[in-house]
Amino acid sequence: MWRRLLTRRLLLGVLTLWLVSVVVFAATQALPGNAAQAILGKDATPQTLHALSEQLHLGQPVLAQYGHWLGGVLTGDFGTSAATQQSVTALLAERVANSAFLVVLASAIAIPLALALGVLMAIRRDRPSDHALSAGTLVLAALPEFVIGIGLVLLFSTSVFHVLPAVSLLPPGEHAWQHLDVVVLPCATLVLAVTPYISRIMRGSMIEVLESDYVTMARLKGMPERTVVWRHAMPNALVPAIQVIALQLGWMAGGIVVVEFVFSYPGIGAALVNAVGNRDVPVVQALTLLIAAVYVLVNLLADVATILVTPKLRTAER
Amino acid sequence: MSATTAPDVAAVPLDAAPALRRRQWLATLVVALRLTRTRIGLTIVLAITAIALAGPLVAPHSPTAFVGPPNSPSASGMPFGTDALGRDVLSRFLHGGRTVLGLSVLATALGVGLGLVIGLTAAYSRGRLDELLMRTSDVFMAFPQIVFGLLLVSTVGPKLWLLVLAVAVTHAPRVARVMRGAALEIVERDYVRAAEAVGETRRRIVWGELLPNVTGPLLVEIGLRLTFSIGLVAALSFLGFGLQPPTPDWGLMINENRLSLTVQPWSVALPVLAIGALTVGTNLVTDGIARATAHIDGGSGA
Repeated sequence: MWRRLLTRRLLLGVLTLWLVSVVVFAATQALPGNAAQAILGKDATPQTLHALSEQLHLGQPVLAQYGHWLGGVLTGDFGTSAATQQSVTALLAERVANSAFLVVLASAIAIPLALALGVLMAIRRDRPSDHALSAGTLVLAALPEFVIGIGLVLLFSTSVFHVLPAVSLLPPGEHAWQHLDVVVLPCATLVLAVTPYISRIMRGSMIEVLESDYVTMARLKGMPERTVVWRHAMPNALVPAIQVIALQLGWMAGGIVVVEFVFSYPGIGAALVNAVGNRDVPVVQALTLLIAAVYVLVNLLADVATILVTPKLRTAER
Repeated sequence: MSATTAPDVAAVPLDAAPALRRRQWLATLVVALRLTRTRIGLTIVLAITAIALAGPLVAPHSPTAFVGPPNSPSASGMPFGTDALGRDVLSRFLHGGRTVLGLSVLATALGVGLGLVIGLTAAYSRGRLDELLMRTSDVFMAFPQIVFGLLLVSTVGPKLWLLVLAVAVTHAPRVARVMRGAALEIVERDYVRAAEAVGETRRRIVWGELLPNVTGPLLVEIGLRLTFSIGLVAALSFLGFGLQPPTPDWGLMINENRLSLTVQPWSVALPVLAIGALTVGTNLVTDGIARATAHIDGGSGA
């Protein structure tokens, strides 16, 4: 029963999310050393230390602290930023929107591009264009995202051409989608970082499908090659690619950290780097939890999609 | 580029005799070395390693000495000019590779070792322990590697041992999952059953029977994790949470000089090129090993 399979997978996702929240909390709050002291540094007066300890509920037992924090998280309250004394939720809302826009845009470009490239490599298998693309994606897959990002800055903003801004500064109160020129380079970096992996798995999967009996059958029936490739082979080759796409989307949730820092893009990645530098524990907790949640959710969706598109799994008795 | 000059491996019956099976990692490397991509990759890796190791010996200046005005262009004795603080870019570059390379290798060894132990234990024990280990891995894999690193840094502050530990700990569940998958089918084979029947200890079966049969995937994991380690170690230094000033380090150099990119591109471009080349090199070698492994496994008719 695929329903039971789905329910099981959903429950597992919820359990993972809960354990993730335990890890986030344990790593930030329960480690040795007084968090208030760590945030305020050596110059802290006893009064400010006490005030911050109260604010972070440090006087209570760890379990009570966790309960308090999780209760807040579940109602959308991530506490108060230790650095700015603002509500974390209010502080991050705009940045979450900017990052979401960046990631969604990059995915919308990267996924179709990578799938098409994979199919192209598969139908040109072992020809020069396949070799060139394979070598290119192999090189690109190896490069860390900051190398790609800085490479693009050197190429398009500073040393060779001067066509795009090197830093993604936004006027206060405005969103990234109102200034598309600042989105181009961060988005291109993410696209270049995830495309190779997806296109390489798609190439392999597509080659396998193109050698299968039903594709030969379709060809023998005299179908145009275009129909055979895109209507018959491609959808079947997609199944193994789903998991890799999910892996890459999950990676992007972390990849934005470095990419946003490279371009000073006003999103949650750059915010996380700042918060870690300031030891702003509530912000670090909120952002790591959010990023991990995105990862869990994306993987959950990929598994659901795989179950739904695989007839064997869909109809399997369990 | 004719990279796939099909090597004749079918002639070596690798899975046939136990004695040969124990040298499988060596056979994999030999086959991999016949591929052009492995050779190119290895050449790049050796070249960058040579720069990193021998660089400090040939550097013209001290990496921390102020030798000119900030961001000055190339001059005699300073082919790449000075950095944002007026230190010789070439000297800092030549001194800055050891840390990235050393820390990456250390993190890879630790992470792959830990992942190998977890993966093989899970595959051999099955049942509840397997379930527990794999579910725990799932939880840790929910954190992108760089994010988990930042989470740890936010509590303890930037420390070198923490950098290595953070990278290693994030590798472990990912390696464990792959090694478990590779070992699962071996567990079912006759020689493992035979070893169990004659009463071999659990430890001897895992290390004596399982490990020699999963060296292919293990080598691929080592290469892959090394590639990612280099990127992660350099990225954490680049974000300011790894090596601390005034240490010459490729990741840190990029951080220190990125704001003066327009006037002095070399102090950023050199370390970026070196890190990029190094990861491309390790990835080419890894791809060569992966192909060799697939070839050997396919050719032995297992």
